[in-house]
Amino acid sequence: MTSRERPMSPFMQYRWQYTNTLSILHRITGVFLSLGLALFVYWLAALAGGPDTYARALESLASLPARLALAAWSFAFFYHLLNGIRHLIWDTGRGLERASARRSGWAVVVASIAATVLAWLAIAARFGGGAT
Amino acid sequence: MSLRSPLGRALGLGSAGEGVGHWLSQRASAVALVFLTLWFFGALAGLGTFDYRTIVTWLHSPVNAVLTILLIVTLVHHSQLGVQVVVEDYVAGKGVRIAGLLASRFVHVLLGAIAVFAVLRVAFGGKA
Repeated sequence: MTSRERPMSPFMQYRWQYTNTLSILHRITGVFLSLGLALFVYWLAALAGGPDTYARALESLASLPARLALAAWSFAFFYHLLNGIRHLIWDTGRGLERASARRSGWAVVVASIAATVLAWLAIAARFGGGAT
Repeated sequence: MSLRSPLGRALGLGSAGEGVGHWLSQRASAVALVFLTLWFFGALAGLGTFDYRTIVTWLHSPVNAVLTILLIVTLVHHSQLGVQVVVEDYVAGKGVRIAGLLASRFVHVLLGAIAVFAVLRVAFGGKA
């Protein structure tokens, strides 16, 4: 028996635009941050393990792939934080008009990129490029 | 005429069998995390270094230890709620979905337990 054509969910048919891009990005950054939670716990566990364990953990976190991942995590953090605040404001019923939703969307994207760049400039200035 | 029982109407629960609990705790933990994460990263930035001595001394302060534990518990809770929604939305097979939800819950609780234990061990441990 062949399966009948089932009605599709609206999100499968709508034109791709900024609203659903920002929305799915909120979920993607959220899942990505959940993976980062494991890294945070690893850092804390290494700290509890004593100076040697901690030094080895910091060393592995300072490797280039780890640094790139940390950069991605910092962007995910800022985006999820700022877009999360946008969602919380929506929950009060404010800012849902098309124009203001578009404005806040752009603001979130620009601010999270700016915050990521600023944070890493500050880290580079403090540690002279070394993330330890 | 409504076929719902008076009790069902009073509870206000739909076919899912639960109310807005999940939605509300996702929001409540989100609000808490705005403050807790900004406090945590702000404090770390204020320390200006990640070396062992500095971080251990910092966690010896009761305020820092308690707030870090609150951060961990809230993060784990919020993360679990979020991953749960994603799994429920995108994993179609019932068996895989239930397995995924269980695995996610177990891993989250495990990570939380390890992290809280680690903070307590540092906080109650000797001087660095």
